[in-house]
Amino acid sequence: MSELIKLHNVSLKAADMVEEGRVHKALYSDPAIFEQELDKVFNHTWVFIGHESEVPEAGSYKTAWVGRQPVILSRDRKMNLHVLQNRCRHRGATVCEGRKGKTKSFTCPYHGWGYALDGELRALPKPEEYEGVLDKAELPLMRLRHESYRGMVFATFRDDIEPLESFLGGAKKWIDLFMKQGGGYPVKVLGEHRFNFPGNWKIQLENTTDAYHFPIIHKSFVSSLDDATADIFDFLHGDGFVEDLGNGHSVMVMIPELIDLEADLDQPIPERFSELAVALREEGRSEEEVKRLVRAAHGTGFNLNLFPNVSCSMAFFRVLRPVSVNETEIQHVALGGEGAPLPFNRKRMRLHEHFQGPMGFGTPDDGEAWERVQKGSLAGTDGWILVNRGMGKLRQSADGNVAGAVCSETGMRGAYRQYKKMMAAAEE
Amino acid sequence: MTSNTELLNKVAEFIWYEADLLDHKEYQDWLGLWSAAGLYIVPTDIHETDYLNTLNLALDDADMRRMRVARLESGESVSADAAGNTVRMVSRIRLLEAGEELVIARCAMTLNELRHGKLITYPADMEYHLLPVEGGFRIERKVVRLLHAEGFLRTVSFIF
Repeated sequence: MSELIKLHNVSLKAADMVEEGRVHKALYSDPAIFEQELDKVFNHTWVFIGHESEVPEAGSYKTAWVGRQPVILSRDRKMNLHVLQNRCRHRGATVCEGRKGKTKSFTCPYHGWGYALDGELRALPKPEEYEGVLDKAELPLMRLRHESYRGMVFATFRDDIEPLESFLGGAKKWIDLFMKQGGGYPVKVLGEHRFNFPGNWKIQLENTTDAYHFPIIHKSFVSSLDDATADIFDFLHGDGFVEDLGNGHSVMVMIPELIDLEADLDQPIPERFSELAVALREEGRSEEEVKRLVRAAHGTGFNLNLFPNVSCSMAFFRVLRPVSVNETEIQHVALGGEGAPLPFNRKRMRLHEHFQGPMGFGTPDDGEAWERVQKGSLAGTDGWILVNRGMGKLRQSADGNVAGAVCSETGMRGAYRQYKKMMAAAEE
Repeated sequence: MTSNTELLNKVAEFIWYEADLLDHKEYQDWLGLWSAAGLYIVPTDIHETDYLNTLNLALDDADMRRMRVARLESGESVSADAAGNTVRMVSRIRLLEAGEELVIARCAMTLNELRHGKLITYPADMEYHLLPVEGGFRIERKVVRLLHAEGFLRTVSFIF
C-alpha cells in the first residue's frame, strides 16, 4: 500500500501556499522556500539597486545587492552606468568593499587583478605565466543588465525578460509624481538609514502597502506632531485608496491632496514649515518658489510599492534585502533636491530623522511588530496570514485598475499574486 | 599632556551621572542636564562633522529631546514598552579642551542592551561639549559615534 504524501514535501510548493486573500505562514519561516525565492524571484526580475544621484561623477561607485549577490553600480569616464558582479574572475574575492565613493578602478586585494570602471580586466601582476592560457578580454567583471527610470536604477540577471519600463507599467505614472518632491530640482539621495529585523522579507514588503497599521503602531509618532500635521496623518477615514498596478506593484494613497506636489501651490504655509519658509525668504527666494519648496518638503501622500524590493514611500526610498528566512536588511534612503536651497534639504533630513531609521519615532515600532509576526508565525503546525481586508468592496479605478479603500489589503494581494506567478513558473 | 585631575574628576562624575540616569530611564532628570541650545547627535557616518547638512540617526534639539523622552515614557510605543534594560560603561575619558566657558571631553562607551532575551552591544566613541555652571555642567553637545553606525543596526528604543 502506497504511503500518503508526506506533508513536508507538499509544504515546499510555495506557489500553492498563496491563495487570493490568504498566504500560509510557512512562507515566512521555511528555509527551503527562502532559498527558492532568492532564485525564482530575485534572480528572475528587475531589482532596484540605487539612484543615479548616488553615483554622480565619473569614477563614482556604490555597492548593492541583487538578492544575496553583491554587485557594484559604477559610472565610467564616459558617464555610462554599469552594474557589475562584485567578484574577481580569478579566485573570486570581492573587488570593492566600500559602501560608496570614488575610484579609478577596482583592484582585487588578493592577487592584484585590476578592473576598469566598466568591468574590463585591465592588468594583472606577472602576466607571463598566463601566456597562452588566459585572454584578459574574456574575463571582465560579470555585467548585469540594467535599466533606469527617472533616475531609479534596476538590474537583472535575465537578458530575456521585458524591458524595465514595461515591467513598471502603471507604476511609472506614480514614479513621475514621486519625483516632484525635489521642489523643482532633480531628486537627489541625501543619505540613508540602515537597520535589520529578525523576520522574513515579505513582512516588510506587505508593510509599505498597509495603512491599517499606521494609527495603531505609530500612535507615539502621531502624538509628537502638531495638531494640523496629526490631522493629515489621520487618513483611515479619508478618501485615500489602494490601487493594484499589476506585476506586483501597487500604490497606496493616504493623503489624496498630496498626490501632485506641483498642484495647489496657493495653500497657506503649515505651522511645521513656517521656519523653513522664513529661512527661504531670508535667502531671497521668491514667494512662488517658497510655496513650491514648502509643498515639496511634505513629501508625497502615497506609498508606491514596487515588487520585489523597493518602495517610493512618501518622502524616501525603502529598500529591502533578504538575508535569510528570518533576517531582512532595510535601507531608508533620504531624498532632497540637487542644487536645492540648503534649508530645504536640511528640513528634508530632519523630517526623515524624525520618523525613519533605527532611532526614528516610527521605524522601531514597525520593527517590533514585524519581529512579533515572525515569532508568531512559528505558533501551531498550520495557519494562515490574512490579506483579505477590503476584498468585498473592490472597484475599478480611473486608470482601469482594481482598487480598494486606503486600509484595504489590495496591494498585498497584488504583490502575492506576482510572487505566486514567479514561484510557480519556475517550478514547472 | 598636562594633568588636570580636578577637572577630569568633575567631568567623569558628570558623564557617569548622565550614564546612570539613562540606564535607569530617569529621562526627565536627563532633560535637565542640557543647555537650551544643546544638540544630541548620533551620526550615520562617524567621520562626519557637518551634522546639520548631513543625515544623522538622531539630531535632537530641545524640542526633539523632549518628544523623544515623551515617546519613550508615553506607553504608546510598542517598541519602547518592549525595551529591556541597558547597562553602559564609560571610560577612557580625555579632556580635549579645558576652557573656562567650554570643556570638551572624549570618551569610550560600551552599551549593552537586553532585548527580547538577546544581548546586543553598542560600542561608541563619544564627545561632550560641556558648559561649566554653578555646581557642574550643562551639555551643549553630545555626539555618539557608534562603531557600527554605517552597518545595519537593530532598532533603538532607549537613549545612548
